[in-house]
Amino acid sequence: MTGEAAVLTGFLAAAIRISTPLLLAATGEMLNERAGVINLGVEGAMLAGALASAVGAAAGGAWAGALLAVLAGVAVAGVFAAVAIGARADQIISGTAITLGSVGLTGAIYRMAFGAGGPGLSLPTFAAVPIPVISAIPVLGPSLFNQPALTYVAWLLVPLAWWFLFRSWWGLALRATGESSEAARASGVPVRRVQVMATLAGGALAGLAGATLVLAQVGTFAEKMTAGRGFIAIAIVVLGRWHPVGILLAALLFGAANALQFAFQAMGLSVPYQLFLVMPYALALLALAGAVGKAQAPAGLGK
Amino acid sequence: MSGEQPALELRGIVKSFGSVHALRGADFALAPGEVHALLGENGAGKSTLLHIAYGMIAPGAGTIRVRGREMIVRSPRAARAAGIGMVHQHFTSIGALTVSENIALATGRTGGGVNRGAGTELPARLLQDLPADARVDSLSVAERQRLEIVKALATGAGILLLDEPSAVLTPGEVDALLALIREFVNAGGAAALVTHKLREVFIAADRVTVLRQGVVTFSGVVSGQTEALLAAAMIGKALEPAVRDAAPLVAIPSPSAAIVTHFGGIPLRAGELVGIAAVEGNGQHALLRSVALDPGAGGSLALVPEDRSTEGLIPDLSITENVLLGLDRDPRWARGGRLDWVKLRARTAQLMDTFRIRAEGPDTAVGTLSGGNQQKVVLARALEHRPAILVAENPTRGLDVRATMFVQEQLREAARAGVLVLIYSTDLDEVLELGRRVLVVRAGQVTEAPPGADRTVVGEMMLGVRGPGRAT
Amino acid sequence: MTATTLRPFVTALAALAAGFGVLAIGLAVSGYDPVLALGALGRGAFGSWYTFGSATLVRAIPLILLGLGVALAFRAGALNIGAEGQFYAGAIAATWVGIHVTAWPSGLAIGAVWSAATLAGVLWIALPVLLRVRFGVMEVISTLLFNFVADAAVSYAVTGPLQEAKRVYPQSDPIADSARLPLLPGSRLHGGILLAVVLAVVLWLLFTRTRWGFRLKAVGLSPRAAAVSGRIPVKRVLAGALLWSGALAGLGGGVEISGVTYTLFQNLSPGYGFTAIAVALLARLHPLGIIVTGVLFGALEAGAQGMQREAGVPAVAVQVAEATIILAVLLAEVLGRRAAERAVAAEDAA
Repeated sequence: MTGEAAVLTGFLAAAIRISTPLLLAATGEMLNERAGVINLGVEGAMLAGALASAVGAAAGGAWAGALLAVLAGVAVAGVFAAVAIGARADQIISGTAITLGSVGLTGAIYRMAFGAGGPGLSLPTFAAVPIPVISAIPVLGPSLFNQPALTYVAWLLVPLAWWFLFRSWWGLALRATGESSEAARASGVPVRRVQVMATLAGGALAGLAGATLVLAQVGTFAEKMTAGRGFIAIAIVVLGRWHPVGILLAALLFGAANALQFAFQAMGLSVPYQLFLVMPYALALLALAGAVGKAQAPAGLGK
Repeated sequence: MSGEQPALELRGIVKSFGSVHALRGADFALAPGEVHALLGENGAGKSTLLHIAYGMIAPGAGTIRVRGREMIVRSPRAARAAGIGMVHQHFTSIGALTVSENIALATGRTGGGVNRGAGTELPARLLQDLPADARVDSLSVAERQRLEIVKALATGAGILLLDEPSAVLTPGEVDALLALIREFVNAGGAAALVTHKLREVFIAADRVTVLRQGVVTFSGVVSGQTEALLAAAMIGKALEPAVRDAAPLVAIPSPSAAIVTHFGGIPLRAGELVGIAAVEGNGQHALLRSVALDPGAGGSLALVPEDRSTEGLIPDLSITENVLLGLDRDPRWARGGRLDWVKLRARTAQLMDTFRIRAEGPDTAVGTLSGGNQQKVVLARALEHRPAILVAENPTRGLDVRATMFVQEQLREAARAGVLVLIYSTDLDEVLELGRRVLVVRAGQVTEAPPGADRTVVGEMMLGVRGPGRAT
Repeated sequence: MTATTLRPFVTALAALAAGFGVLAIGLAVSGYDPVLALGALGRGAFGSWYTFGSATLVRAIPLILLGLGVALAFRAGALNIGAEGQFYAGAIAATWVGIHVTAWPSGLAIGAVWSAATLAGVLWIALPVLLRVRFGVMEVISTLLFNFVADAAVSYAVTGPLQEAKRVYPQSDPIADSARLPLLPGSRLHGGILLAVVLAVVLWLLFTRTRWGFRLKAVGLSPRAAAVSGRIPVKRVLAGALLWSGALAGLGGGVEISGVTYTLFQNLSPGYGFTAIAVALLARLHPLGIIVTGVLFGALEAGAQGMQREAGVPAVAVQVAEATIILAVLLAEVLGRRAAERAVAAEDAA
């Protein structure tokens, strides 16, 4: 492979690797918001999933970690569902509180289990799984089709989510709930149940996203490691217009922007690293601002 | 019809919401093949009774029988399974979804097909006129109501409950709706029609049940009854017709009265009481909300908004604080950015007295007041502006007869005192009764109805079927 | 005292009890002795006058200032979750000015430092305000994201332009003596406590006795009614509320620099911006109540350090208690609202 091709391949591979947790969390949050519930606890769920995946992987291997992460995400989302849907408290403040609580809880558990500020753990991770034949295509092959299993899972969810939302009755019921819960209820939709299920599903995916972060990207757990990725996922949902395919593209965009730092390094350009640190947040803000046509949001979001 | 068991029977229904007793042992029997009107003024319990029949609310006590079989209707789903369909007052279609998606939602099946309802092809036929893939928020009001009917009948309902369906329609559209209901009933269905308009009862219904404060005061066949009797059953004494016939005591403004504003290009003068007639969605709100004083005309503008609980008042704030809304620059209690609550509270107490607002005191939260008292607060505050123009949107919506009469009299008083009053109401009768001049808004354009024009004429103008001054 | 005036106190107490309850359960489940741990917490906060002044009250000062800022925004219905970032912006500005005012008399120096901090806080929230007013971007998310940007900004400052002359540690040079606040002799309690209390009183008067305060409340409860009936320019009120909120948060950062640390470094704040949300909510946005809840949460944070020292419990665990308190306050509010709503809905449904 030539030098430039190598850089390009490396860049694409990194972009996809970085975008995977964002894609998972954003897909989950999309389902949540399409049902009319905005869940700022997604960051907390992702963090809880990250810690759970570390614990699970250390005990029983990568897949055990992923499973535990999903459960942790569901648990955090469950608390949110109880407060925001069950008791109908303000969604935004309760979601924020849950993220705060999750940060505190994961920090406390991590320190108790692994000691304060210790060296990074060594965990069994998800190795890249090349898909036979396609992974041999120049440039695209090694970058797109030689990814950890969880990336393929994330991609599969895109057409699945599309089919669910637009071709199944329950997906229709979910969309109706997000537009007008009263009208949906009058049509016989069990609104609360739909919202709770959507929230739990969002939590599960957020937890899985945390697992991806630990087991397929960074390789270890650190306090507050999600660093706002959950909130960026919310921006991705807006940028992707609450549509599975749009979200896939938006997540890839964020992944690419983030991957730029590796491309720059590989090309020998030096830029203060804080700039790359800031980039995803700046991009998220741009995405939110540029998403003109806010009328596309589910009409009943947050109510 | 006699001897057959009722399609739907509610017996001894009791329902309370906290300390409010909405229904106190009400009975209602709907026979197949009839249109049965449920009559009563606002607050009598009619909608609550229907919501219970449709499973949206659980009754405190009482039984429900569908085709003779007693059942507990737990949810709209259960009601539909039992063959009951409902057309709600506030449409339950979802604007962002398409017609076929809305039907699929109601029927529980994707694909948007409809069952035969009561043995007629009514739903399928109605559906043909509606574009399947159009977003519902692009349809007209009458089309949306037709969709509601399709949804109600789509699962094969033999019993149709309609909650004040004519409230949003022009006279012509109302006739079409009533004909539709008659067709449904002739094919064997049963329809319950909730209304507070006597006229509709006589035109459309075979039998009528009158509710007053949660109890049935009359139930029987329509033919042979008089308006006076039904009105008495509705409000307790036959005072309505007498008041209705009295000529509006508003002085005819002299031609030299100042022109205060131009509404859609038409000049309006001080002291006039102008009625605005329009079908929902013809731009009347935009026009009303943008009414401005003509240059040279002094004074201010006051608005009684349509939705008092979200636009007119802040329910969590006290009466005093609500009075302050819009009046927070009044020099009587606001000087240099500082507020004098003592003076404001005193004035509020005075207003409560003048307008007979029933509440514990000026510090009571406005959200705990009845609809009528809330509207009085809005009105009192509006008049406190000493406005040159008063715009009132549906000012008597949801009020009982006494409150309605009070509000209408206040509007007349204001006009007598020289205020230009514009009143918009979806109740055409109210517009015609109050307004000495009637302006019709259609597609953003304003035309004046000829003096003495009746409901039919104005109704046609609202639909654009007839222009002003065109010979019939 | 009627039932309605007592309700916020009862709610606050219940929320506190819930928070401590959850903490105690969590401690027990994790194998710690809750009594021992909570005792250590209490001693770390109130063990002695010195502890109370130098640990609890010192932490209460930024919490009160930031709590006032958060409450101001919340009152108008604007959710400023970026107080943490605005705090850092203020700290950065305060440090820079503080280093350069060596020749100034003390009063002027402190004034300059505080003004710079306040201005920095305003500037830091200005972009989210613009995004909200022009593009309708939820300020919750934009202010939140700016927290992370602020972290990066501090990191850049202390490894770059503001790093100490020796270039050894990622921290700034200390600020000039003239810019430092006077201390209560024998403790570490600094003059900022006076500022915090004065501002709380001022804000209370503004909330309850001025048109501006009334308009904030109206917009916060019902922007629609405020616009239609109140003729209130909602966007302008919201923007103003957010900007003032940022100002207070920035000032908090400046006070912390001039009163406690005298230098800038990373993780200067143990999450003051987020705890301030709990401070504001528990006090039901009442400025005088914020003085009390500020001290309370200051005690919680000080106690957490004590708990970590004595009982080995990670200090960050108290954030769980704080989150529980916020949720408990929310739930209490919902319960109260539900009872009132039922009566009204009944009448409308008939």
